[in-house]
Amino acid sequence: MIAELGHFTLILAFAVAGLQATIPMIGAHKDWRGWMAMAGPAATAQFLCLAASFGALTHAFVTSDFSLRLVVLNSHTLKPMLYKVAGVWGNHEGSMLLWVLILAGFGASAAWFGAALPPRLKARVLSVQAMIGVAFLAFIIFTSNPFLRLAEPPFDGEDLNPLLQDPGLAFHPPFLYLGYVGLSMAFSFAVAALIEGRVDAAWARWVRPWTLAAWMFLTVGIALGSWWAYYELGWGGFWFWDPVENASFMPWLIATALLHSAVVVEKREALKAWTILLAILAFGFSLVGTFIVRSGILTSVHAFANDPERGVFILAILAVFIGGALTLYAARAGAMEAKGVFGLVSRESALVMNNVLLAVAAFVVFVGTLWPLIAELAFDRKLSVGAPFFDQAFTPFMVVLAIILPLGAIMPWKRASIANSFRPLRGALILAVALGALTFAVDTGQSVLAPVGVALGVWLIAGVLGELWHRAGRRLIRLTRLPRADWGKAFAHAGFGVSILGISLLTAWDVEDIRVAQVGETFTVAGYEVTLENVENLAGPNYQSTMATMRIVRDGQVEAVLFPEKRLYPVARMPTTEAAIDNGVWRDLYIVIGDPQSDGGWAVRTYIKPFANWIWAGAIIMAMGGALSLTDRRYRVAAGARKPRNLTAPTVAAE
Amino acid sequence: MRLLTLVFLLLSTPVMAVQPDEVLADPVLESRARELSQGLRCLVCRNENIDESNAALARDLRLLVRERLVAGDDDAEVIAYLVDRYGEYVLLRPNASGSNLILWVAGPAMLILALGAAGLYMRRRRAAPDEQPMALSDAEETRLREILEK
Repeated sequence: MIAELGHFTLILAFAVAGLQATIPMIGAHKDWRGWMAMAGPAATAQFLCLAASFGALTHAFVTSDFSLRLVVLNSHTLKPMLYKVAGVWGNHEGSMLLWVLILAGFGASAAWFGAALPPRLKARVLSVQAMIGVAFLAFIIFTSNPFLRLAEPPFDGEDLNPLLQDPGLAFHPPFLYLGYVGLSMAFSFAVAALIEGRVDAAWARWVRPWTLAAWMFLTVGIALGSWWAYYELGWGGFWFWDPVENASFMPWLIATALLHSAVVVEKREALKAWTILLAILAFGFSLVGTFIVRSGILTSVHAFANDPERGVFILAILAVFIGGALTLYAARAGAMEAKGVFGLVSRESALVMNNVLLAVAAFVVFVGTLWPLIAELAFDRKLSVGAPFFDQAFTPFMVVLAIILPLGAIMPWKRASIANSFRPLRGALILAVALGALTFAVDTGQSVLAPVGVALGVWLIAGVLGELWHRAGRRLIRLTRLPRADWGKAFAHAGFGVSILGISLLTAWDVEDIRVAQVGETFTVAGYEVTLENVENLAGPNYQSTMATMRIVRDGQVEAVLFPEKRLYPVARMPTTEAAIDNGVWRDLYIVIGDPQSDGGWAVRTYIKPFANWIWAGAIIMAMGGALSLTDRRYRVAAGARKPRNLTAPTVAAE
Repeated sequence: MRLLTLVFLLLSTPVMAVQPDEVLADPVLESRARELSQGLRCLVCRNENIDESNAALARDLRLLVRERLVAGDDDAEVIAYLVDRYGEYVLLRPNASGSNLILWVAGPAMLILALGAAGLYMRRRRAAPDEQPMALSDAEETRLREILEK
């Protein structure tokens, strides 16, 4: 019964979204207030319907209602509660439902917090947002319905893929979707502005908080995914340039570019058309990502799609929305002439360079990701494009970006001088070069990776400090009075530096040891004495485990006792390795237990991973920067405007 | 039936990436083998190199690479040997030859285009007449001020 209610509210949401997509748009065109005003309540209604629908599906998973096909395929009575809930979005249908729920959630928030928006713009934004909703609700209802019943329910389910039964991955998709889907707001604002034919500073100020929120979630989502790969897949890799990863990385790169170009629109009224284009592309790449992941077109290059019908449907949505938006763009972009004048050396120019680098980097990832497909279709060549290509083709962009970032960030608007801007950064440059040289000496010239990474990372972090000091007029007390947005920027840029440090040092200095160890045997890896003390078989809630006890000693001190595991999930018939990790600021100890050997020993892999946690710490610092910026009064007021009515009277009187 | 299940379970235990018994005694050869392995695709996996993959085929390929190295092949010969047998699909870093040149040139070409466009734009902005940056109408300006002066 509850499942039927969920099914019903899903269809109801589809109908509401249909109304929300058309009526306010017509109203905005004809200037009919009542029709425009309908957008807000409709957005709320659509969100409530979808929340009810999602709640019903969650209920089915939590109570293990095996009359639902989806629950049978993805759940099991013995599964821990956390993963029963996470199982709702651990599959195609349920995750699409979460996708549209978040889409409607963003639309509803725009309705709730957008009181300051001009009614016409608001109606158009909500209408475009609902159009996306209509398309994806149709996709769900007609190709991926989560509420299909089985005539003869089985006694138990087939369990969720054990790799997904993990806290990191349980929360990875919701964050990722909040990011992906959040970019739809930027898209809706862009399309609304194109229809309106006008983009100004106020528009940029409205669109920025939404983009910032989406970017934050996307940053956290990508970091969670990478962290999960690091500890779950069993050899400590953190980024694989997999098509599915690239699918989330491309929107991130474009969203980062968009955040920076929107600043130029807001402060200087330049780069308008380009910003609109980026807003369209950012969501476009989200849709491309959804298409890549859902159709399976790239994970299995040889069959066109896991499910051709679904792939074609998403491709059609992509074509209609991005094609439509770009057509509109072609027709209207010319009308958005820039106003601001700036010199070749200025903050504006630096941000243009930022945009060039980020956008071309995203383009490189895009071409590399799709090249196997293009090569097969157009040139009949079956080939792979993997990590070595991306490392080589993508990294230079990030290196150049990191070099120019501190200088560009400190430059004043309109006209700057390189010498003047550079003065507060002299200390940062000296420190960066010194530490880079020190690293080179320690490294004894093994590779350029570590010294260059250290120099860039330190240049970024120290550059941020130099900039803060400069902005505060070299007085400590004034630091506290800097606007939150300045702090947000500082955090985000420093986080980028922290991640660069982590990535380069981990890649350069990773130590690996593979061997057969007998129980009781001690061996030495890079100064750490590792003892395999014990191996035993244990039973988990829905798996069997082989767990080793490993003691790690350094200089006579016990550093850690670790319990690496091998698990077998009998229902899903899948084995997994659970690495045991001792996390540290300077290094992770990472141990994996393998197969028993014929001589009675065990295969053991030991890694020392220096600076590993800096990679994700950097991402979290970046996201914190986003949060700080978001709480800056200027954006809060622009997006929120709690009491618009009380405000109007006195200010108008003051005029 | 229970025996069958047991056999199945035993068969499906994970074979970890590089196994201790695969490692070559000569550390120089071994590190070359690792390096090469990281650029070769496990043909039956999803975008994994043979160094990291748990698949049985990846193990066979790792052993093959080591066999060729012990036989005295240089790196290019090992790669050529594998490409002969498995096609260029095995390479994670595609050759910059023929139509693949498009892939390799796409990034730099786009960068030059983008820099050109950005340069033109910046020159135009510098030369543009310095008009009043106020694009807002009076009503909007009032509204914006209300929001900001709260």
